[in-house]
Amino acid sequence: MKLRESPAAKIGASIAVATGLYGVSFGALSVASGLSFWQTMALSFLLFSGGSQFAFIGVVAGGGSGVAAMSASALLGIRNGVYGMQLNALLRPTGWRRFASAHLTIDESTATATGQADPAEQRRGFWVAGLGIFIFWNIMTAVGAVIGNALGDPKQWGLDGAAVAAFLGLLWPRIKAIQPAAIAVVCAVVTLLAVPFVPPGVPILVAALVAGLIGWFRHGRTPDHAPGHVDDGLEPDIEPYRHDAGTRPPRPARLGQGEDA
Amino acid sequence: MNLWIWVLVAALLAYLTKLLGYLVPAKVLANPRMSRVAGTLTIGLLASLTVVNAAATGTAVVLDARAGALAAAAVALWFKAPFLLVVLVGALAAAGLRLLGWP
Repeated sequence: MKLRESPAAKIGASIAVATGLYGVSFGALSVASGLSFWQTMALSFLLFSGGSQFAFIGVVAGGGSGVAAMSASALLGIRNGVYGMQLNALLRPTGWRRFASAHLTIDESTATATGQADPAEQRRGFWVAGLGIFIFWNIMTAVGAVIGNALGDPKQWGLDGAAVAAFLGLLWPRIKAIQPAAIAVVCAVVTLLAVPFVPPGVPILVAALVAGLIGWFRHGRTPDHAPGHVDDGLEPDIEPYRHDAGTRPPRPARLGQGEDA
Repeated sequence: MNLWIWVLVAALLAYLTKLLGYLVPAKVLANPRMSRVAGTLTIGLLASLTVVNAAATGTAVVLDARAGALAAAAVALWFKAPFLLVVLVGALAAAGLRLLGWP
């Protein structure tokens, strides 16, 4: 099949444009938080994971240390390791492709690939979405950083409000059930309680610890076969296939729930 | 300059995390608990980052124009606005409230 006729490639391309566009908000907020143009570009080019990038600049903007920013970013990136396992089982990349696939492993490329049933389509979807987002995201980050630098006082333009909105926008699609909502509320409260007592940036790590403990111990109470553990926020935070819901094949079973399920 | 080091360490850790998923045999890491922790961590961190950016200034909890941005963004998300519009709404709300005299 030609790339132009591939449904997965088409969806991957439209996701790439939509996601790449909001790289402009990352670029502008990053320089507003105090990072230089090149530090901002290094995050988009080398780190390349929207959530972790926003986490890094979110901690810096709040006066947190570089270590705290790095820690929040690394913890938020753990889900990419899980996506990597899913994609490795699905695409089985070899040689240099494996190392390139790893860099492009993010929410959107994973969602595009896992939403397809045919292995060739999964592969096309992954590469078109991954490479497309990488290119657009970096271009738009640069545009945003230039705009951010030109704006001057970030507060006057409400850029700190834009950062708040960006984090809520990243969180929102993951709250699809009571449990993730409860976890979000608990972590928000823990954060606010910790703010007066520890240095800036650290409340976020305290909340991460609480969230990790909830995840660790929730396992003991929720058997694998029990319903209710789907939509717990682990899925990629976008749904590229919502327009043909019902017509697409079911997603492959998640790792750890039995390979032959 | 010091921040450069942490930018690069963060980038390296992010890549190694992704790569680990590809290199470690699935059976070793195919653990539902590990997936669950990754999921709850993601939600907890994003919730925490949201409130820190909305209500913390240094080590003080404050109520200023950013709270208005949070509320405005929630309304925009409720009406299924796309991400970029949500961010714009947040900026407009904060800037607008400051014009009206809110800190």
